[in-house]
Amino acid sequence: MSDAIVIENVSKWYGDTQVLFDCSARIAKGEVVVVCGPSGSGKSTLIKCVNALEPIQQGRITVAGHTLPAPASTLPGIRARVGMVFQHFELFPHMNVLQNLMFAQLKVLKRAPDAARDKAMGYLQRVGLLAFADKFPGQLSGGQQQRVAIARALCMDPECMLFDEPTSALDPEMVNEVLDVMTGLAAEGMTMVCVTHEMGFARKVAHRVIFMDAGRIFDDCSSSDFFTNAGTRSERAGKFLSSVIK
Amino acid sequence: MNYAFDWSVIPQALPFLAQGMALSLALLAVSLVGGLALGIVLALMRLSSNRWLAGIAGAYVSVFRSIPLVLAIFWFYLLVPMVISAVRGQATPIGPMYSAFAAFVAFEAAYFCEVIRAGIQSIPRGQTSAAQALGLTRMQAMRHVILPQALRVVTPLILSKAIIIFQDTSLVYVISVSDFLGAATKIGQRDSRLIELYLFAGTVYFLMCFAASRFVEHRTSKKVIA
Repeated sequence: MSDAIVIENVSKWYGDTQVLFDCSARIAKGEVVVVCGPSGSGKSTLIKCVNALEPIQQGRITVAGHTLPAPASTLPGIRARVGMVFQHFELFPHMNVLQNLMFAQLKVLKRAPDAARDKAMGYLQRVGLLAFADKFPGQLSGGQQQRVAIARALCMDPECMLFDEPTSALDPEMVNEVLDVMTGLAAEGMTMVCVTHEMGFARKVAHRVIFMDAGRIFDDCSSSDFFTNAGTRSERAGKFLSSVIK
Repeated sequence: MNYAFDWSVIPQALPFLAQGMALSLALLAVSLVGGLALGIVLALMRLSSNRWLAGIAGAYVSVFRSIPLVLAIFWFYLLVPMVISAVRGQATPIGPMYSAFAAFVAFEAAYFCEVIRAGIQSIPRGQTSAAQALGLTRMQAMRHVILPQALRVVTPLILSKAIIIFQDTSLVYVISVSDFLGAATKIGQRDSRLIELYLFAGTVYFLMCFAASRFVEHRTSKKVIA
């Protein structure tokens, strides 16, 4: 199977502070990878580097057929091929749900309005929110907003999807509706990299788990291996796991 | 009080006063449209990572925020024609009317720049990230995602400022432009009925500004769905 994302020896600094240390990982097409680790370990930063929302100072990332770092003018085109879901949803509050889903299709992909609308309605139905097309984000619950955000990313026909703590800002009763959508997506063979603390999702859905701490990748193994042997594989991963699973 | 009021002067003066009011409202409209347009450009310059652009906009704002409006009106009336003449090599009178319009746009743009800049900065960074993650350029993100939200946030400030600008248009009397107050002054002096005309003008200003401010309050207090 070919690789969807290749991260090679990536290091990153904010000013004088190094936040990523020589990180490397390969994610195959169709693979679902969960990135976990204590807060501040650099996992969100790492996936923001994958779609060039954050620049890297050393190393190389290959994604959607392009290699980063790349000239600034090529970045929008690369980002359009990579879907991203944010912790705080980041729907555009001045647009209704349908406009949120159509906007980048029209502006970036230059799709015809009819085609964009069909695509948007199709994905709204997928995430179970067809009836909410005319609502504004402020009228939706957190879980509904996040499902719209996932649909918005999917409307761009991305080659892979990045999730940056997609359930961390949700009330507990809304976590599952979002995870269900993600599980369905994984079952269809979407390449997914998810930064998340949802260990149930990692165990059931992820093929692999990458464990990060203090800006370094400490462990990268199959999820079954991670959950059964984390303690013996690395002390840090074991400690982390026992702290998140009560 | 021995003064004998004679209100008959008012109906006779109405057509001329109406012309003055039209000019006051035109000054307000041009100040708002031009000031907002220039203000947005200045705000984007101030927020630009280009130090030269940011510096130029910063200096512009500092200058116009530090001088009285009356002085700006005088400057544009006296200095700008001189500058234009020097550049073109021939005398080019632009007249008090146009210089008044230019002065208001230039002066209010400095205020609007600061308001809009604050509005832009109040929008969470994640909005820009989300727009960029969808493949939008920085300019597209600013124009379609950030600016519309920022302008919505600062609309109450812009509306209250509009009321103040309307009152400030009366300052053009210093270069003898007949706005509403200027027109009232001219008639009052001609007919020796300044007291009647100023009472009338004051009433008109009060009614218009009071109604406008009630409208702004009403608009602002309405719960806006984010």
